[in-house]
Amino acid sequence: MPSLKDLKNRIESVKSTRKITKAMQMVAAAKLRRAQESAEASRPYAERFNAVMAGLAASVGGSDSAPKLLRGTGSDDVHLLVVMTAERGLCGGFNANIAKLARAKADELRGKGKTVKVLTVGKKGRDALKRDFADLFVGHIDLSEVKRIGYTNAQDIAKDVLSRFDGAEFDVATIFYSKFVNVVTQIPTAQQIIPASFEDEAAGDDSGAIFDYEPSEEAILADLLPKGVATAIFSALLENGASEQGARMSAMDNATRNAGEMIDKLTIQFNRSRQAVITNELIEIISGAEAL
Amino acid sequence: MANTMQFDLVSPERSLASLEATAVQIPGADGDMTAMPDHAPTITTLRPGLLKVEAPQGSSEYLVTGGFAQINGDSLSVLAEKAIPVAEVTRSHLDDLIAEARASHEAAKAGDDQTIVDDAAKLLADMEALGTHMSL
Repeated sequence: MPSLKDLKNRIESVKSTRKITKAMQMVAAAKLRRAQESAEASRPYAERFNAVMAGLAASVGGSDSAPKLLRGTGSDDVHLLVVMTAERGLCGGFNANIAKLARAKADELRGKGKTVKVLTVGKKGRDALKRDFADLFVGHIDLSEVKRIGYTNAQDIAKDVLSRFDGAEFDVATIFYSKFVNVVTQIPTAQQIIPASFEDEAAGDDSGAIFDYEPSEEAILADLLPKGVATAIFSALLENGASEQGARMSAMDNATRNAGEMIDKLTIQFNRSRQAVITNELIEIISGAEAL
Repeated sequence: MANTMQFDLVSPERSLASLEATAVQIPGADGDMTAMPDHAPTITTLRPGLLKVEAPQGSSEYLVTGGFAQINGDSLSVLAEKAIPVAEVTRSHLDDLIAEARASHEAAKAGDDQTIVDDAAKLLADMEALGTHMSL
């Protein structure tokens, strides 16, 4: 049976925890709005880009002269997994879910006898995968100093990935991130970026027009494919940013509610013990008086 | 014949302009071109330069680098990696761009692929010409 003082201390400590989680929730809510705005602002670019690329890829894709980024290297023995997670924890299952998806994919590929390499973006994913795949790590990109994700961050990552591709370090690259649906739902997603695949549905709306290309189709494609990698990474980073804040917000909301319940329970326990102490004292006084 | 066409200028981070335009001058990779309504459908890549938009409510200019333009008869989309309204461009913006171009030129020179070196040199020249053009 804890003493009254212990209980009191306990209640105080849970109360201050609740204050912290409440504050974190509100900060996450504010950041979420900003993250969502930038994710939405980037969408028109990504959509148009993909529409044009889908058209180009459809017309050039089949030929042997198509760039390697589109056609692939001709084999799929070495896979690069780019695992994008948050720099910070305390956001529910956000980081764990992405890591789990990446781990499943890595195990599956290794089961098929492929070579797997892992590039991590964000500290938490690195920590989560370190135990199983430390020997597969080829690099890490730290975004902890970045306050607001910009296109240049995505370009840096893309440059890193592309230079590895040019150096024939891998054949297929897949990015792992979490797609933002709403505050309570984020879907961990794997997306192949090299060789590039573009959704055909986007190609449909331009099918009527036959375009002139300046310079040639191949030249444009060669110019745009690396940008496509950066664009894909940029959208993934932004989706991730919104997902992280959403996940943190709901995790902190839960924590705040739990703390409230705990305070209620502890308060009841505290009141009962205090009542017991009072009753005890009364019994002592009464029995003392009777003995006289 | 329509007098205007839908013009959109978007960069990865935000959408800069969406309006009805009468003519747009595009710094294409193979030379400047002006797109007007009912232009033949064309896709062209951009070189760093100035994008001039003529619209009924006035004209505007943007500094764009990298990306491409997609011209349909009745609409024009420009997707630029970087796009800044000219009024907001300062010398330091340009210096950054020139420094970047110079760095990639130096990096290309270290390699042995002549076409890359030429491309980088052209990019650098483009950047510098842009500065004089804008009299910054």
